[in-house]
Amino acid sequence: MAEVLVRVRNLVKYFKTSRGVVHAVDDISFDIEEGKTIGIVGESGCGKSTTGRCLICLIEPTSGEIIYRGQDICRLKRSEMKKLRKEMQIIFQDPYASLNPRKTLLQIIAEPLLYNKIIRTKDKFAIEKRVLELMDKVGLAERLINTYPHELDGGRRQRIGIARALAMEPKFIVCDEPVSALDVSIQAQILNLLKELQRDLGLTYVFITHDLSVVNHFSDDIVVMYLGQIVEKAPADELFENPLHPYTQALLSAILIPAVGANRERIKLRGELASPIDPPPVCRFDKRCNYYCQDCDNGVPPLLEITPGHFVACHLVKPRGNATVKAS
Amino acid sequence: MMGSEIKDKAAPGYKDLVLEVKDLVVHYVLQEETVEAVNGISLSLEKGKTIGLVGETGAGKTTAALAIMNLVPDPPGVIKGGTINVCGYNMLKLSSRQLEKIRGKEVSMIFQDPMTSLNPVITVGDQIAESVMLHEKLSYSQAFRRAREMLEMVGIPGDRATEYPHQFSGGMKQRVGIAIALACNPKLLLADEPTTALDVTIQAQVLDMIDELKRELGTALVMITHDLGVVAKTCDLVAVMYAGRIVEYGTLEDVFDRTMHPYTEGLFNSLPDIRNRKNQLQPIPGLMPDPTNLPRDCSFAPRCRYVSDACREAQPTKHQVSDTHIVYCSAYDDSNFQIERARGRGGNG
Repeated sequence: MAEVLVRVRNLVKYFKTSRGVVHAVDDISFDIEEGKTIGIVGESGCGKSTTGRCLICLIEPTSGEIIYRGQDICRLKRSEMKKLRKEMQIIFQDPYASLNPRKTLLQIIAEPLLYNKIIRTKDKFAIEKRVLELMDKVGLAERLINTYPHELDGGRRQRIGIARALAMEPKFIVCDEPVSALDVSIQAQILNLLKELQRDLGLTYVFITHDLSVVNHFSDDIVVMYLGQIVEKAPADELFENPLHPYTQALLSAILIPAVGANRERIKLRGELASPIDPPPVCRFDKRCNYYCQDCDNGVPPLLEITPGHFVACHLVKPRGNATVKAS
Repeated sequence: MMGSEIKDKAAPGYKDLVLEVKDLVVHYVLQEETVEAVNGISLSLEKGKTIGLVGETGAGKTTAALAIMNLVPDPPGVIKGGTINVCGYNMLKLSSRQLEKIRGKEVSMIFQDPMTSLNPVITVGDQIAESVMLHEKLSYSQAFRRAREMLEMVGIPGDRATEYPHQFSGGMKQRVGIAIALACNPKLLLADEPTTALDVTIQAQVLDMIDELKRELGTALVMITHDLGVVAKTCDLVAVMYAGRIVEYGTLEDVFDRTMHPYTEGLFNSLPDIRNRKNQLQPIPGLMPDPTNLPRDCSFAPRCRYVSDACREAQPTKHQVSDTHIVYCSAYDDSNFQIERARGRGGNG
């Protein structure tokens, strides 16, 4: 088993608003193994992006620990964190909004190098050399170095975002929906690029997405989140072959398969996502669940290991295979 | 008043044909260059049917849809040629006054981005009522009542009509967009990537809803998407677009099960296979050609794995494979040619 790079323990992030406390991330724990990809899936508002941002301490968790190589990064001093940040980067979802429109590609990619004083601002030659190296690594043509983001298509812009993230030679990258804004053929290019980089540079990824076929293709382990909590966690194959949580089952059934007649009957969920503001201490999925019964109001279901490596948080799914919820 | 002078009675069988586009050419003429966005596409659509316009960004899908509404921004957009017939109206010959009466009433559009296509300072109810009042002689309170009904129809409580767009989730905003588009019961609906910004379960809900409304109201639908899963779920016909041209056209089964064009094959190979996760993605190498500088020969040739000298000489030839299935690819001049996908099926299917 690979070494654990990041240990997340009881991570909680609440946002206080005038209407109450938003439980964006509510007590989640998982491990991220070095050199692997862990996929976090769920619908908007399930807390996956907040989790991703907490992981690299872009927002400070309300409580809980994020232990990166033995250090709890939430307790580090600013200067220590600044040093550590070089190892952890993020690739944002929207290549249209995450790039400064008034800067050229050269300036965008060079910014982290200058900010961290890797290269001195005056050393124009070294900057250009390093930027060209990074551009080459992500497949951007040299001639684009002085263009502005608006001149480029989404795929190329996302490559800029990747080049910028790679500039600090990170070990750990949070990919927050890196391909959702892209076309299929470009999406495949970027996914292959990310895989290649992972192989070559030994990167560890957290891959946040709502696209289940992408996460299935890309991840080693998958965490399914619902309203701030982990409902199921398993190796990718296991999760897709044997989803146990009713929410996972519904989610998987909603995938549209690009083949004639391949789209099965969808498991319909009742209602809308419940409010994340001060949720009652019961299963958060209960009212939408097709298996809802009285047991479900017995507190928040704990995340239990049902079979080795396969964790489920559901009152109806009991350990050692006596699952009452059958995968359809 | 909107009488015979506008209706193009010459259009063949215009009772059933809701949309007929012939040889449409749309260019954006800029000072230094001309963007050749749409270069001669033809398609037709009957009442209640759905056609999928599939292709990558820059394929000309959205421009084609805007042209159908005669909404191509001019300048720089110029419709250089072709005809567009929507429910018997020749869209390119109408005055802006007449167009205003048709847009929203006969044909309307759902935009891709529900976050930006709604006005943030007007309540959603008023935004729906606005289009109703434009087209029907209703008072504000009647129109607002309709707005509430429309919201209910798309699964949003009517009481929320007085709320502003920011108070809704993404999926709900898109449903508001759909409610606006359907408020006047159009015969033709153009949906520009309506579910791209949405979550899977919400996408499934919205697609189911569009499907239901379509069946209920008999609306014909042009579904613009890059998602072949969405196409498989919703469309009867498929037109695969590349660099402003249709490269393959046919029924859903034609295009998916009897794929002919190398580009269509490339799209399928780019998709992760949910049923086999070890499957390597085979992206189409390279990028779409620069639309300001399209080659005179086949525009897919530089990215095509089957390219031969013949492809470099002229525009691809048209091959009518069956009554419904058309492919534009010179490789089929050789009657023995097959793409790999076809070989995998053991024949021409």
